[in-house]
Amino acid sequence: MSGSTTDTILEIDNVTKSFGQVAALKGMRLKVRRGRVHTLLGENGAGKSTLMKILAGVHEASSGAITLDGKPYRPADPQDAAALGLAIVFQELSLCSNLTVAENILATREPRRFGFINDKALVARARAIVADLGLPVDVSEKVGDLSIAQRQLVEIAKGLSHEAKVVILDEPTSSLSDSEAEILFEIIARLKSRGVAVIYISHRMEEIMRLSDDITVIRDGEYVSTHDRDDVTIEALIALMVGRRMDEIYPPPAHERNAGAAPVLSVDSLTRDGDFECISFDIGPGEILGFFGLVGSGRSEVMNALFGMKAATGTVRFEGQPVRFRSPAEAISRGIGFVTENRKEEGLVLSHSVGWNISMAALSDFTGPLGFTRSRAERDAAAKEVGRLSIKTHSLDTPSGSLSGGNQQKIVLAKWLLTRPKVLILDEPTRGVDVGAKFEIYKIIRQLAAEGTAILLISSELPEVLGMSDRVVVMHEGVIGATVSGADLNPETIMAHATGFKS
Amino acid sequence: MTQQSEIQAAFLRALKQYGGILLSLVMLCVIFSFLNPRFMSVVNFMNILQQVAVVAIAAFGMTWVILLGEIDLSVGSIIAVAGMVGAQCFAFGLGFAPALVVTLLAGALMGMLNGVLTAKLLLPSFIVTVATMGIYRGMVSLPTNGAPAMIENATWTAIGTESFLGLPIIIWVVAVLFLVNHILLSKTSFGRRAYLTGGNREAAVYSGIKVDRLKITIFMISGVMAAISGVLLSSRLFSAQTNAGMSYELDAIAAAVLGGTSLAGGVGTMVGTLIGALIIGVMNNGMNMLSVPYFYQLIVKGLVILIAVWLDVRAKQAKR
Repeated sequence: MSGSTTDTILEIDNVTKSFGQVAALKGMRLKVRRGRVHTLLGENGAGKSTLMKILAGVHEASSGAITLDGKPYRPADPQDAAALGLAIVFQELSLCSNLTVAENILATREPRRFGFINDKALVARARAIVADLGLPVDVSEKVGDLSIAQRQLVEIAKGLSHEAKVVILDEPTSSLSDSEAEILFEIIARLKSRGVAVIYISHRMEEIMRLSDDITVIRDGEYVSTHDRDDVTIEALIALMVGRRMDEIYPPPAHERNAGAAPVLSVDSLTRDGDFECISFDIGPGEILGFFGLVGSGRSEVMNALFGMKAATGTVRFEGQPVRFRSPAEAISRGIGFVTENRKEEGLVLSHSVGWNISMAALSDFTGPLGFTRSRAERDAAAKEVGRLSIKTHSLDTPSGSLSGGNQQKIVLAKWLLTRPKVLILDEPTRGVDVGAKFEIYKIIRQLAAEGTAILLISSELPEVLGMSDRVVVMHEGVIGATVSGADLNPETIMAHATGFKS
Repeated sequence: MTQQSEIQAAFLRALKQYGGILLSLVMLCVIFSFLNPRFMSVVNFMNILQQVAVVAIAAFGMTWVILLGEIDLSVGSIIAVAGMVGAQCFAFGLGFAPALVVTLLAGALMGMLNGVLTAKLLLPSFIVTVATMGIYRGMVSLPTNGAPAMIENATWTAIGTESFLGLPIIIWVVAVLFLVNHILLSKTSFGRRAYLTGGNREAAVYSGIKVDRLKITIFMISGVMAAISGVLLSSRLFSAQTNAGMSYELDAIAAAVLGGTSLAGGVGTMVGTLIGALIIGVMNNGMNMLSVPYFYQLIVKGLVILIAVWLDVRAKQAKR
């Protein structure tokens, strides 16, 4: 690699961090250069978040040295880190939904006059920031009224609203559609041209290969290697990251599906005004039916209606009988499971234990005649799921919130597997999950299908939908654009329907 | 694991969980026994338990409500209504058992109204119960135009004054209700659903927990517990007073929070609440014995609650 030492803006040398007995980082190294995008690649739990929190001034390194622009870098807190020239856009949304976009972007730094917030200046300044970044967001709108994707763009604007030498982007595209991601990529290009260094964290390999100049792989809290983007392949990076070879990301179907079987679920003309219209599809036992569409195409709303969360008109037949679920409890009792999109909001009770979360949807199965919880049977069943899905947890009593994203997602899966569903809805099942855990989740999906579970797989990742589904329903603005199968299962056809080019 | 080490582990767990507030309780007892030698006696402790009973029982109900992330400010008013309902039943010539049933039903009904307004109309429970606190308090005076009503039923008044197997009946009542609530919360799926819903309502709904029904049931539990408190209070006073139980909801909330129940929901135990209620009882009793004026008592109680909760929060932060 070329580049003199003066090129280096941030250097992390032999940094360790321990939490009690647990070593989260061991001898971490990283050299980030001006005007380059440096991707940090590692599975969840590899130590990326810990490293970022040290840089952000949330944690303090146990040992080792960090230099920023040639000077020792030891931020006391996040404000200090920002003042020293580090901007961080976190994966978790940290916006206040009751405030406007402008108020959020300039939070704690509002322009003041006579001690009062100067609203006009606030809006003007925020508008300038947003325009400079080229974001399609109205700064006077309430954050609560924005879509998740728009919120993420606001989050980015907030992170970049003060001058930074190093910008850290922690999975910034996880809830962005392709076109919104393009806006972000343009922002990154502009930052690069200004000589700002970008530390980029993502699990999307195609994106990483496109954006990065340098790629550093870490595993189990240790530095593995650094590569120039042009000298490395996706396969090689994945192998380095998980520490084993992975021939294929999407496992092949484990069985021959009986295509002639009667459908488990058939949906006819399901409609809810303003959300979706005339949704019709069938799914048979053991089938994986993909649902693809851009953010806002109404996929999740359809699933919420199927699950009894919200009312809709139309006919739904379950195992041949017409059904109308008025609550999730009814849907669950008939054999429908729903791995929801946001595991932290709708999936898990983060403060409660792994065991409690796993048994949550099947609690009545572990309830004795007098209402007592049969805790022995409950724990045994939960322990079995932990083993089957290889959930990495200290014990069943560990709070679920302290686990990594991939393991949290597996807990949500385990919760629904315990209800033995006939139809399992998976809404973005691998969002924010590392490649290793992704592969394991795919294997579980395949296995469930082999056992006869009908699976509705909703995903914004086209490769995932293509790699896993037998057929794909493509949605566009609340209606089904097409249901494709066989030879039509290719990116071009699906994207054409999803963007509405074909009617 | 051997049985002994299992017991040891359970003991250590309990110490870790309740160490802070237990220490506060012991320290208060030590301080009061220094200031007044009569404090440390079996007779006085029986006294404390009897005095604390009304608040403790209301606090058991309050623990359920706070566990769900809600609040019930109408508890003190329900206590008063319950006493008056009992008195009116006797005035109508009912016997003890039917009067008791009607009184508890009244408590359940008042709790149900709180629950339905909160769960179905989606009003914040704080607002709902501020309103019903006033409504219920006003209703107490309806039958007598604000005058107290005497209660002459011997069984009713015996609850607050007589003993059974050497212990005051009132203490038996607290003990049984403690056990019932403790078992319901920690050993049944109903209790588990309360913990899960308090921890994350949205996730509970998606997991098939009937959150609305749970909420209404829990407000009913709070109403019934308050009604039982009302029975005890009126039996000790031999009458139903219109201002009975005034601001007891605050003592009940304080007991639950002292005991580690989180106002954010999802966290809390009946054991903690019992200890919290005892702390309040010891403070009231100790300061009364020292003839501390009432307004000083209020100040001291407020400070002790602040300190105890702060110690607890600090201990929990240190564990992370």
